[in-house]
Amino acid sequence: MKTLRVMIVAVGGQGNILAAKLLGEAGLSRGLDVRMSEFHGMAQRGGVVESMVLLGDGKGYCIANGEADFLVGFEPCETLRAAGKCSPKTIVITNTAPVPPFTVSLGGSPYPDVQGALTALAPRVGKLVSFDATALAQEAGSAVSVNIVMMGALVAHLAPHLQKEDFLNAIREKTKPALIDVNLRAFEAGVFAVDQTTARTGGFK
Amino acid sequence: MTHPLLSAQTGQKALLLGNEAIARGALEAGVAFASAYPGTPSSEIALQFFQIARETDLYFEYSANEKVSLEVAAGAAMCGLRAIVSMKHVGLNVASDALMTLAYTGIPGALVVAVADDPFMYSSQNEQDSRYYAKLASLPVLEPSSVAEAKDMARYAFDLSEMLKLPVILRTTTRINHASGVVEFGHLRARNTAGSFQKAPFSYVCIPSVSRTLHPLLLKRMAQAENIAEESRWNIIEGEGPWGVACNGASYGYVSDAIAEGGFKNRFRILRLGMSYPISEKRVLQFLSGLEKVLVVEEGEPFMEEAIRCVAQQAGLTTPIAGKRTDLFSRLYEFDPAIVKNALNHYFGLALAIAKPIGTQGLPPLPDRPPNLCPGCPHRGAYTAIREVLGDSAIYPTDIGCYTLGLHAPLNMGDFLIAMGAGVGSAGGFAKATGRKVVAFIGDSTFFHSGLSPLANAVYNRHDFLLVILDNGTTGMTGHQPHPGVDVSHLNIERSPIDMESVVRGLGVQNVFTVNPLHFRKTVDAVKQASACTGPSVLIAKALCPLYAKTLPGQKPKTPYVVRHDRCKDHRVCVDKTGCPAFSVTSAGVEIDALRCAGCSLCAQLCPEKAIAPLAREIKTP
Repeated sequence: MKTLRVMIVAVGGQGNILAAKLLGEAGLSRGLDVRMSEFHGMAQRGGVVESMVLLGDGKGYCIANGEADFLVGFEPCETLRAAGKCSPKTIVITNTAPVPPFTVSLGGSPYPDVQGALTALAPRVGKLVSFDATALAQEAGSAVSVNIVMMGALVAHLAPHLQKEDFLNAIREKTKPALIDVNLRAFEAGVFAVDQTTARTGGFK
Repeated sequence: MTHPLLSAQTGQKALLLGNEAIARGALEAGVAFASAYPGTPSSEIALQFFQIARETDLYFEYSANEKVSLEVAAGAAMCGLRAIVSMKHVGLNVASDALMTLAYTGIPGALVVAVADDPFMYSSQNEQDSRYYAKLASLPVLEPSSVAEAKDMARYAFDLSEMLKLPVILRTTTRINHASGVVEFGHLRARNTAGSFQKAPFSYVCIPSVSRTLHPLLLKRMAQAENIAEESRWNIIEGEGPWGVACNGASYGYVSDAIAEGGFKNRFRILRLGMSYPISEKRVLQFLSGLEKVLVVEEGEPFMEEAIRCVAQQAGLTTPIAGKRTDLFSRLYEFDPAIVKNALNHYFGLALAIAKPIGTQGLPPLPDRPPNLCPGCPHRGAYTAIREVLGDSAIYPTDIGCYTLGLHAPLNMGDFLIAMGAGVGSAGGFAKATGRKVVAFIGDSTFFHSGLSPLANAVYNRHDFLLVILDNGTTGMTGHQPHPGVDVSHLNIERSPIDMESVVRGLGVQNVFTVNPLHFRKTVDAVKQASACTGPSVLIAKALCPLYAKTLPGQKPKTPYVVRHDRCKDHRVCVDKTGCPAFSVTSAGVEIDALRCAGCSLCAQLCPEKAIAPLAREIKTP
């Protein structure tokens, strides 16, 4: 198969690294070659965290600009910041709930009009799915499961290479026992969100 | 519970982080002794050994610094054990003094020096290329190109070290250390933890007359290493064609993928040097033979390029060889698939498809999201108080750790940063040269790493500055590793923690103050007193890292604070002085995110209206 390149961007503390690991484990359980790399800069909290996940044959561990098949953003500003990874074919899946950086509070650049910016981004990429994943995670039982909601929304697009069940197994095996039920609900919420968004808009181009 | 790196069965496949793979490789080699000073991107290597040492007879320690760490491991390797020491690239600068002469004595056991470079400086102060240390010391270097290879090479490095009786450098980059890939577990070799030392002072005590006999021995051992490199399974020539590409480490993946994607396998001969020093002249000649032109693809410095040019020159070859060149590869930063494809296209006249990113014109400007001190971080308290007293009047040499982030507005604390301990060392120079007030910062782990000797120097040479030791009880930035001041008895690990204040007094500092930096007024008073002293004075700002505190027994989470809007007059002193990321400012005024607030109360102490109160109390008194 052609290598699938998934770029995941988030704010520190949103569970980007775990999400990437679950995706990798799901890929491995399908017998795919998996290569990933993660970058979390200097801060344990509050900075930008990037993961690159490559599924399928190949040797490199890096996604260059314009190479992402999928861009998954756990925070809308970070999705926009990583827009350079997209080509006109990229499927962008983004949370719409903002996590404003502290520079905004200090009177630096204002937090942008996210809805407007995503509307401007949508026609430039293959497909853009946006929804409030934080609210869905809270409904599922914990705001910290926003990463799992986002993976639910992604997996719907990875068929036939990956199936929902592969990811559910990864959640059962690799997430904290106390959070498995919440995570399973969060995952289904993500899957459902994509169905809903697609139905409401009659599907994107 | 058995550690996952130990419970895995031979032949089992798993997705491992590069650093986990290196640790597993060492375990498969029967490593008995491991030491480290943490540093991104190397830290997770040591973390595995730290955990495994708690359930096996593997010895592991977090040493005070990389030099000590290397020396401790060298001692064990001198007694025949298989030892590994891991560090980041700049750590090797610290360890290099010991390494240079350890190359002379050699070691009867095995010693692997795992060093992690950081091209692009994702989390480092420079992007120096560690391969030059191999050349400087005359030691072999191995460079894996994949996570799976990182494991296998780590295992092999011990065999190579034992064969040559030399330390072996295992050099990686962030794109291998922090990459994950599928690894097949091999057989775990039994550990030999009982060392024995054969005295041979005229082989091991490097006085000049001994060293004069040891240097030729080193050259002999490296000649043997070159013979090994000729046949090494890590130096691979693949493909056949008129053009050559030489590569190493992470760059191999980009080269291989680009040539495969473009369908040019019949046009290229690829040389991948996994053992890049000493260079195998025969293998390089075999590669060069008959080629029209050669491109060298390596991040960092032109290390292989220079070596390959030398080999070609000696053989009288005039094959064009290029690598670092303004129109090809830069010595700066990290490569990616597009950079490599561009250079292949340009040099060989190809048209490999390069992904074209979408335009981002018209998208709004985005606010920066620099890393920041966490909510509840005691460093914020110390910096806020120091700024209150001294503002911009003082010069602030700083050091390496979380507290470096005090550089950002609104704290603006940090005027000079180069290396571990250099804040203390440089402070005396700043003071002598300007006569201005100088306040240097250093963390507790960094102080034990390399703050002791510059402080002794300051006392003896009568330098005049205030040293603020930001003591948060752990090595914060790299993930809460213990250092010589940390009690780890709650982990059932017996250590003898050293009291910071006693050390400072023991070094002869007369004016020593200790304060909890989250008590704002007391800290302001302490800063006033300490900065009024002449000669070297020390202020120890002591309060636990809140993230570390969460992991300790008996530590209860503090109540978060909220803004009482009935009292708030929107002065924003809280936000503007602390820059705490738990704040947000909206049209409705200042808010505290209760999920992020760590309850440190610093902002509450600063508020002129006393409009910030603990959550529970606010609810009780509406």
